[in-house]
Amino acid sequence: MTDLLAARLQMAMSLMFHILFAVAGIAMPLLMVLAEARWLKTRDEIYRTLAKRWCRGTAILFAVGAVTGTVLSFELGLLWPGFMEFAGPVIGLPFAMEGFAFFLEAIFLGIYLYGWDGKVPERVHFVAGILVCICGTLSGIFVVTANAWMNTPAGFDIEQGMAVNIDPWAAMWNPASLAQTSHMTIAAFQSVAFAVAAIHAAVLLRNPGATAHRKALAIALPVAVVTALIQPLSGDFSAKVVAESQPIKLAALEGQWETERGAPLRIGGWPDEEAEETRYAIEIPYLLSILAFNDPQAEVAGLKTVPPEDRPPVAITHFSFQIMVGCGMVMMLTALITLFLWWRGAKGPPQEWMTRHPWFLKLLIANGPLGLIAVEAGWIATEVGRQPWVIQGVMRTKDAVTQVPNIWMSLVSFTLLYLFLGIIVTILLKRQVFASLPGDGPNTDPEVD
Amino acid sequence: MWEVILGGVLVVVLMIYTLTGGADFGGGVWDLFASGPRADRQRTTIGKAIGPIWEANHVWLIILIVLLFVCFPKAFAILSTALHLPLTLCLFGIVLRGSAFVFRKYDPDNREAWRRVFAIASLVTPMMLGMTLAATSGGYIRIDQQGRWMHQDGYLATWLQPFPFMAGLLAVALCALLAAVYLLGETDDADLREDFRRRALTAAVAVGILAFATLGVALSNAPHFGWRLSGSAWAIPFQLLAGATALSVFACLWLRRYAAAKFAVGAQAVVMLSGWALAQFPYLIVPGVSIADAAASEKILAMTFWILAGGMPLLLPSFFYLYRVFSFSASR
Ligand code: HDD
Ligand code: HEM
Ligand code: HEM
Repeated sequence: MTDLLAARLQMAMSLMFHILFAVAGIAMPLLMVLAEARWLKTRDEIYRTLAKRWCRGTAILFAVGAVTGTVLSFELGLLWPGFMEFAGPVIGLPFAMEGFAFFLEAIFLGIYLYGWDGKVPERVHFVAGILVCICGTLSGIFVVTANAWMNTPAGFDIEQGMAVNIDPWAAMWNPASLAQTSHMTIAAFQSVAFAVAAIHAAVLLRNPGATAHRKALAIALPVAVVTALIQPLSGDFSAKVVAESQPIKLAALEGQWETERGAPLRIGGWPDEEAEETRYAIEIPYLLSILAFNDPQAEVAGLKTVPPEDRPPVAITHFSFQIMVGCGMVMMLTALITLFLWWRGAKGPPQEWMTRHPWFLKLLIANGPLGLIAVEAGWIATEVGRQPWVIQGVMRTKDAVTQVPNIWMSLVSFTLLYLFLGIIVTILLKRQVFASLPGDGPNTDPEVD
Repeated sequence: MWEVILGGVLVVVLMIYTLTGGADFGGGVWDLFASGPRADRQRTTIGKAIGPIWEANHVWLIILIVLLFVCFPKAFAILSTALHLPLTLCLFGIVLRGSAFVFRKYDPDNREAWRRVFAIASLVTPMMLGMTLAATSGGYIRIDQQGRWMHQDGYLATWLQPFPFMAGLLAVALCALLAAVYLLGETDDADLREDFRRRALTAAVAVGILAFATLGVALSNAPHFGWRLSGSAWAIPFQLLAGATALSVFACLWLRRYAAAKFAVGAQAVVMLSGWALAQFPYLIVPGVSIADAAASEKILAMTFWILAGGMPLLLPSFFYLYRVFSFSASR
């Protein structure tokens, strides 16, 4: 294995691990705050218990998110010193602002997690939760602008291989920033809301009378429905930005080899990089031109416009993109079904419609992992689709990589470490979730520390 | 001009990290060495004290890294290459320390095992951080004509040396001292306080001995740095000041003036780090990369400074509130 490949794999592995905790850090605070708001309004103890129970899971996720994020900030240098030497000052602004967001998030999360039961005044506690939510979202937005800059670099000139005349503000608000940050933020709320809904649906399927889980589902479902309905629109906006600024990435996402007018949208299919064609795809005529440029006759550039060494790995990019869009479509349909059931159940007792049909609970369970899968697949499509560039059109990944030898050893050790952490976190979360909530058997709640 | 200011900011952030995050590591060290009839209560006190605050304290390290790559990108690239190994070990320590700390709380069945991981990682991480820092001072990272690190030196000679080793031990002792003194304010149990007082005194002695030993080793193993610290114009006043703060820590502990001890120990840490920074000046990596060599443009430096300055009015009151809410006196 070359050091370049090992470094790419290690970066990919670390980011794909971190993002799972990052989305929880962005979206769980919202769910907790919504539950707490219900409690403050209704004084129904169940909501408070629910918020506290979610807190425990979030505490675990947040700690692992913080340490894996720290690993990432070091890894930027440990694996890509060439990239950082060039890009550090250009994308420093979002990273510095992200630092502040981390600070405030960690401070208010400390207050939120440890400040229950009158340690801080009720109102302060609630406000701390809202601040965690805002800061978590902001930190996600800031770091994604740095990534958007890698896709559509802006705000600097190059002189003797170094960036000069840097305009950090223009770099931060580069052409891809708005599309990527909004798409990512929605993705965070969507993936977590579906995962949480699935977990509580699983308990309800076994025990439909568990009121606490029903209330939990009633908090998660609206978030899931709203995000699932707007996400395809946001994705379409992302696709238009990619079509405009990264035509080769768009071609790879779609498996488009030839430059043509009235390009079709391909569903499925096998991009054959030897034969330079995409086989076995279902083609919907003109749709790609319409989606990308709002014009059935628009010209879509194909992969063949650049020499093979300038093309990204087409198959991975195309597959991951298809997986993301597929997951998005399924979740959108699920959201529509949910709306329909809710509308029909409006006359019945509140929240009863959610548990009336076991198939609906099973559908929610099946949707549980889709958001997280879509997040991972979307990022793979974005990042692999940018190859061979680390900064699109400016710096190649192979020129950014570290000269340290034997990176595979580092890759293996971090993979084992993360595998181990992943297993532990899964076991602990499972235990937290299935530890009973009121309305569902005796409440065993070992008080620690 | 701006590069010196930002260099100063780096040092200040390092100081704050030592006083906050360093003490959290020190807490882990005392978890490892908890002993006697009250061992369990010592551990509980430590866990309670760092639980709500360690993640916020930890962010100072991230700020340090971000400042380094934004303001001194060249130094960041060289350091993360030449010190790849100690930094990687450090990351392992950080990951294991943080996750074991929460697992310990939420996985009662294996509490003992997680405690061990947490405690050992708390020892290893400051050791590696101290070694990394000292490696920038020792002159082991040689730079060629083009300003590149001479990688034929290999990845061990840059840090696996007597002086960084001593500095690593010193860092651990300093973290332990800070933690023991802070812990005195985290309980009102007289016996437990005596436990922590004994530990603080032990750590204070260790810091004193290690500081002298590190300087001695530096004179032969890191001559440039060692000479600056012992032979330059400011060296004598500095040594006197360092001695005075160290003695005042002793005096406060001896007389059981715990509130004053907290200030004294903070002053001691700040003085020690200032000495390091003065001896290092004007280099980021002795002797090949100066602050000016590695600095980004004036505009970037100024902007970063103002962002930091602008964020402080938001940050400091929040920190203050966090510490106050979870201080021991507030929980009584
Ligand atoms: C819940 C997750 C989720 C869902 C349902 C979707 N996406 Fe997505 N998508 C992401 C999560 C995501 C992501 C992981 O968050 C990415 C990676 C980079 C980014 O900004 O967002 C992404 C990237 C991404 C990109 C590449 C942007 C770039 O390279 O700059 C495009 C073109 C789309 N998406 C389009 C869509 C479309 C047309 C969808 C229709 C359903 C869709 N996404 C659903
Ligand atoms: C799309 C990508 C990313 C998103 C959305 C994201 C978001 C977040 C969020 C919300 C947190 C808060 C902690 C938590 O909730 O667990 C976090 C933590 C962190 N992230 Fe990421 N992150 C991303 C990628 C990165 C990258 C590339 C880096 C480094 C360069 C990074 C560095 C960090 C650090 C250092 C922390 C710890 C902060 C703390 O201690 O509180 N993240 N991230
Ligand atoms: C958290 C969500 C993210 C995921 C899952 C992700 C995924 C990946 C993947 C799969 C690669 C390897 C691509 C390849 O080499 O073929 C990669 C590379 C990289 N990513 Fe991301 N990425 C994420 C966000 C970010 C962000 C926010 C940044 C920067 C701020 C970033 C910076 C990089 C860098 C520097 C590389 C290495 C150079 C390269 O391969 O182009 N990534 N990422």
